[in-house]
Amino acid sequence: MGESIGRPMVEVRNVSKSYHRDSIEIPVLQQINIAVPEGEFLALMGPSGSGKTTLLNLIAGIDRPTSGEVIVQGTNIGQLNESALARWRASHIGFVFQFYNLLPVLTAFDNVELPLLLTNLSKSERRNRVELALKLVGLADRMAHYPKQLSGGQEQRVAIARAIVTDPTLLVADEPTGDLDKVSAGEIMDLLDRLNKEFRKTIVMVTHDPRAAEKAHTVTHLEKGELA
Amino acid sequence: MFVLNLVLKNTLRHKLRTLLTIFGIAIAVAAFGFIRTIVTAWSAGVEASAQNRMITRHAVSFILPLPYSYLDRIANVPGVSAASFANWFGGVYKDAADFKNFFPRIAVESDTYFDLYPEFIISPDQLALFKAERNACIVGAKLAAEQGFALGDVIPIEGDIFPGRWEFTVRGIYRGRDRTTDETQMFFHWKYLNERIREMQPAREGMVGWYVIQVDRPDDMPRVGGEIDGMFENSRARTKTETEREFQQSFVSMSSSIITSLKAASYLIVGIILLVLANTIVMSARERMREYAVLKTIGFSGIHIVGLIGGESMVIAILGGAIGLALTFPAAGALAAAFPTFFPIVNVEPLTIIIAAGVSLAAGLVAAMFPAMRALRMNTADGLRSVG
Ligand SMILES: Nc1ncnc2c1ncn2[C@@H]1O[C@H](COP(=O)(O)OP(=O)(O)OP(=O)(O)O)[C@@H](O)[C@H]1O
Ligand SMILES: [Mg+2]
Repeated sequence: MGESIGRPMVEVRNVSKSYHRDSIEIPVLQQINIAVPEGEFLALMGPSGSGKTTLLNLIAGIDRPTSGEVIVQGTNIGQLNESALARWRASHIGFVFQFYNLLPVLTAFDNVELPLLLTNLSKSERRNRVELALKLVGLADRMAHYPKQLSGGQEQRVAIARAIVTDPTLLVADEPTGDLDKVSAGEIMDLLDRLNKEFRKTIVMVTHDPRAAEKAHTVTHLEKGELA
Repeated sequence: MFVLNLVLKNTLRHKLRTLLTIFGIAIAVAAFGFIRTIVTAWSAGVEASAQNRMITRHAVSFILPLPYSYLDRIANVPGVSAASFANWFGGVYKDAADFKNFFPRIAVESDTYFDLYPEFIISPDQLALFKAERNACIVGAKLAAEQGFALGDVIPIEGDIFPGRWEFTVRGIYRGRDRTTDETQMFFHWKYLNERIREMQPAREGMVGWYVIQVDRPDDMPRVGGEIDGMFENSRARTKTETEREFQQSFVSMSSSIITSLKAASYLIVGIILLVLANTIVMSARERMREYAVLKTIGFSGIHIVGLIGGESMVIAILGGAIGLALTFPAAGALAAAFPTFFPIVNVEPLTIIIAAGVSLAAGLVAAMFPAMRALRMNTADGLRSVG
């Protein structure tokens, strides 16, 4: 497993994050340092409210740290402006959420195609990619289905197809099995495992589920905003 | 394009809500167009007034008569190219309670009156027949169609201002030159009226209602008016001379409080359109904040989000506005049919259409503005946490 690990894909340096509610400052993360090597499958665990989602959002460039730096594949993403950051996210990161977050009015196919609409791929190239991604998650026969017509596990697999369709190097997943039964959760974890091993995706995953964490190479614990 | 595709899908997401909103806007736009049409129909006389005509009436009130003897003196004022006169007849035709029977009946100086009104188009033959017959009359084409008057028909009128039973034979039917020309009037000989008055009430003989004056040059009107009124300054019946436009305006402003309330109502309707639409758009946008956050996470920009919210708002506004405008025409038609003589000229004006369309489009933009701004300002991470 460890043979694929190379130089850091993600470097989190002295990152702190606090929120402001009125005049009160609420510290959420304090002086976090993590290096995630390429090819890593990292599980972030910790009690509710410990700052896992916050940290994941910082790594994925959805949010900005109060202080410190986040460097992904050599890019200091804190230095990108909003639109540059959005473009960067579109080409570098795949997102998987706890509640799938598919658009209900779009079919599985259209949902997976979404990130490709921001590229200049032709329609037929997009079609090929979408079909490939859906085949990979085992849903080639559900392309025309709407999210409502899919089970939770299937929805999450469509979401994973959407996350990988642009072929990003880094996948971030926030409790991807949190809303699923044991069997579906197992399938999702197998899928992520495969993406990591076969397709060499670096994965950072937040989870409460020890079984899910078993698939990871490394498990990091977060406790009250600090790495434990 | 993706945004448009998603806009249409989102619009159909809550079909009932969207339909009700479109329906609400349509009703409001139709009401707006209808009210504006009433207002313009009301002031149609003003719009139709000629540039080169003036009216001389009694200085105290329009209903007080002027002596017939003023005609020659008015006609001789420099700058006056022609002069004629008319007299309101009133009277009752059939069932007075029916609005349809309330059409203007006017006694005119038959030799000259139609020369001053080129917008009343009448064949020379008919005009000659009319002039030759003592109790002949000419009616408007619209009035003739409504009442079924044909050439040769006798129209019986029960006099009130001028008592007695009157009968007029239709010898001519005039058409309007423009859409704004009133085709609901009936004209007959002032000479005939005067003859009968002489027999019944000699004291009222030789009086006319108002003079119509044609001037050579419109910019000469103030001087001509001043000269005429000056001439009769010390007479028993002083005069007030004004442009035909001003004269018509004074009728409209008699009912100006009604017009004002109608206009106020039309502004309220604009507010209603905005509220109906804003309510729906704010609601949809709030429900979809999380989806917008997901799209932003994936890499879509603020412009896409604004397009989604604004697009939905515009689609609903345009559909509602279009249906509302389409409803305005039958509504205006119904008004014209119900009060043919009260509103002789009912046109949905281009300006009304433009304003109604503009109001719908503007409502579409304004309704989308605040939700779009909120979606733009939304922190993506917070948006993902929000419960859709
Ligand atoms: N926008 C915000 N404003 C204020 N406080 C916030 C905001 N977002 C998160 N927090 C706080 O930051 C802390 C960490 O939140 P975070 O979501 O990162 O926790 P978590 O470890 O992911 O928890 P969970 O396991 O329940 O998902 C919590 O106390 C939360 O209330
Ligand atoms: Mg969390």
